[in-house]
Amino acid sequence: MSAIQKNISRRNFMKLSGMTGAALTLGFYFPAAGKEAEVMKLDTAESKGIDLNAWISIDTNGKVTITNHRSEMGQGSFQSVPQIIAEELEVDLNNVSIVFAQGNNAKYGSQITGGSSTIRGSYKKLLHLSASAREMLIQAAAKKWNVTPSECYAENGFVIHKASGKKFNYGELVLEASKLEPPKSVKLKAIEEYKILRKPLPRQDTPLKTNGTAIFGIDKKLPGMMYAVVERNPRFQGKVKSFDDTETKKVPGVKHVFPVKMSVFSMTREGVAVVADNIWAAMQGRKVLKVEWDDSGFEHLNTEQLYARMSDALKGGESLSVRTRGNAEGVFQKSSGKVEAIYETPYESHSCMEPVNCVAHYQDDKLEIWGPIQGPDWVQDFLSTLMGLPKEKIIVNMTFLGGGFGRKAFMDYPHEAAIISKEIKAPVQVVWTREDDTTQGPFRPGMMYQCKGSVTSGGGVESFIMRSAGQNMDHQWPNADKKSYNNSATEGFLETYFESLPHYSFSDAPLDVPIPVMWWRSVYASTNTFALESFMDELAIKAGKDPLEFRKQHFQDGRYHELVNKLEQVSGWKSRKKNEGYGVAIAESFSSIVGEVVKVSKKADGKVKIDKVWAVMDCGWYVNPDIIRAQIEGSIIMGLGAATVHATHFNDGKAVEQNFNTYKMPRMMDTPEIEIHIMDNEEKAGGVGEPSLPPIAPALTNAIFDLTAKRIRKLPFNLEEA
Amino acid sequence: MASLTLKINNQSHTIDVDPKMPLLWAIRDFVGLTGTKYGCGIAQCGACTVHMGGIPVRSCSIPVSAAANKDIVTIEGLSADNSHPVQQAWIAEQVPQCGYCQSGQIMAATALLKKTPNPTDKDIDNAMQGHICRCGTYPRIRKAIKTASQLMNQKASVK
Repeated sequence: MSAIQKNISRRNFMKLSGMTGAALTLGFYFPAAGKEAEVMKLDTAESKGIDLNAWISIDTNGKVTITNHRSEMGQGSFQSVPQIIAEELEVDLNNVSIVFAQGNNAKYGSQITGGSSTIRGSYKKLLHLSASAREMLIQAAAKKWNVTPSECYAENGFVIHKASGKKFNYGELVLEASKLEPPKSVKLKAIEEYKILRKPLPRQDTPLKTNGTAIFGIDKKLPGMMYAVVERNPRFQGKVKSFDDTETKKVPGVKHVFPVKMSVFSMTREGVAVVADNIWAAMQGRKVLKVEWDDSGFEHLNTEQLYARMSDALKGGESLSVRTRGNAEGVFQKSSGKVEAIYETPYESHSCMEPVNCVAHYQDDKLEIWGPIQGPDWVQDFLSTLMGLPKEKIIVNMTFLGGGFGRKAFMDYPHEAAIISKEIKAPVQVVWTREDDTTQGPFRPGMMYQCKGSVTSGGGVESFIMRSAGQNMDHQWPNADKKSYNNSATEGFLETYFESLPHYSFSDAPLDVPIPVMWWRSVYASTNTFALESFMDELAIKAGKDPLEFRKQHFQDGRYHELVNKLEQVSGWKSRKKNEGYGVAIAESFSSIVGEVVKVSKKADGKVKIDKVWAVMDCGWYVNPDIIRAQIEGSIIMGLGAATVHATHFNDGKAVEQNFNTYKMPRMMDTPEIEIHIMDNEEKAGGVGEPSLPPIAPALTNAIFDLTAKRIRKLPFNLEEA
Repeated sequence: MASLTLKINNQSHTIDVDPKMPLLWAIRDFVGLTGTKYGCGIAQCGACTVHMGGIPVRSCSIPVSAAANKDIVTIEGLSADNSHPVQQAWIAEQVPQCGYCQSGQIMAATALLKKTPNPTDKDIDNAMQGHICRCGTYPRIRKAIKTASQLMNQKASVK
């Protein structure tokens, strides 16, 4: 980027943050790949032509503004990023305001809010950054008082001289501090010294979400903005043959009707856009639009065919080896303690409560986007290629997201909005109806797993073999290397198991079909763990061991023992009663470990009910225990939905379930009591938004086995019929 | 097209719309109050819940003509400063995650508490069963309704 553009983006930052005049602005940047981040002043960076990553800025009124480079979709980055900064900067959290960064991965690094990575990817840099600013303010005060910095300390937005009690507020020091250079090294606080971190402080975005003022993508309005809906071919590869818009054009408010093609991985999704001066008119116009589709030249698949192919792929043929040790197949064949099982998980829709939508304004070869977007930098990159615009001509703005779960990290909907805006030469909001959102994907891929394993006479795992069949998300891109294995094929399995199992083999036999698939909360761990942790249970039963003891027996590391001991204690695992079923599952994903125990019993009518769920989370260093609790509660409920309530099916090449009347959701009455414990340690920070989802399904089916001796190997299942 | 008067949050708005347009879109796009959300369009999720004549209704499934001249309250009308006890309870219990469904959840809870000041778990189940939260804030919604009930009872006893 040129210096001029950098100044523009700086001005833009000032505008966005409402800051005026002088300020101390610090950011960090990476001098070279693999090197530690360096803290630098914005002025210095600009003079050297360096692009700084996330900034904090303090103005002469002492107001602190930070950029949040990640999106806020419910997971709490809006709160947890300021909480980190306020701690080391020594300011009141209420004096920190936050602005959403625009998409720019040269500046912020990857902005994809995915992989539960916001905190674990940046917390150390953020701590250093804010401690550096604090030290500079202390130095500035010391200079003014003509004392040494060690005679002063910072607290709550002031620098205080210990001996005299004299104080300056940060605003008074900004000018002086901005002339100093950031310190080469800073001392970070010990965990015991934290005043803001690790505290369950209320989220700053909550009040906006209880009085209707939070602006989500769908709430964005621009002067002269038009509204569009698109009738897309319900078959993913189908084309538009022709359309008749005679009736559509009679609907008052409808202004334009034209075909539109958006890019979906290596496919093109075709449809007909109806643009009107209000959304209802666009929807009415779409209802009377007559489109003839061209559905020739590709298979119209249904669910049975998809799973038959996965089943065939498990029986033999080629597979991609993911991770192996020893001679698992040979040992298994010779063993006298064999267990074999096939597990199956469904395709799922993300079904965020805010349906997919996007505002685009294409004007004079510039494009500006507003929307519920998980990866603004990806959208910028992608649209640059697809719309043929240089990146600096594309501005991507994040609004609040009404749920994301992986769906809103995909770039199809901004692309479609950009095309429509360019065509009508006006700003436009494209709204996907709930039916569009549920049927058009991308989906969580349906999976089948074959597990084989054996136990020794001593009751330990001897061999463990897992072969998965299902779509590989990476194989969907143009020119993808289809010999590349799925990196996530072992996600969910405890790292400690890899150390303790003498013979294992994980392989993948990917299904190659053109159904668009995408990350769904906890991605492959959400399905792998059902197979892996069900199978660990089956091996425990084969070995004649208590399922929880059996798992412990295969731990090499104290951290896992501590977690499971806690789980055992809080759930009353050992003191369970005869007519109660207890099931356990433990998963490791996104660098966190979560163990869950489910307790089930039979109702008076003999049907199974969930009495309680216990969850123990070890995410290492953490920010806000209440946000973690909320994420665990939500993950468990979402996981229960996918295990027992909803699934997406396909028939004749189209998704069957269209709205919440058929794609049912877990509701208030389906929610069990959930008790949560967070492990206290100083391990490296792990993810929080996803890792609690994978264990819930197998913990539940293991509990049902414990109660009824019935093993459930296919999801979803009806709890009422279990 | 028809000229209709909507009484929303004690304010009258005269709008010129298709009388078949759902109240939801009239509120959002013609009156300009975007706190009421579109979730499903078929009265399955509750995100669009507003009060009409004091009763919680699904604004996505009511033609705007049927709402003309009725007293309508949206989330914005509960209080702008979050002073309503249900809003207070929602903040105290830190209910929202993404927040998208919460306007509807709050409107439903408010209506429940008006009719049933001390709701049982069963009352809460019944009143909230029509509301979907994909983030899974249900345990906190239940707690917040009980907290709001206490706040309202305290307020009543002070009076």
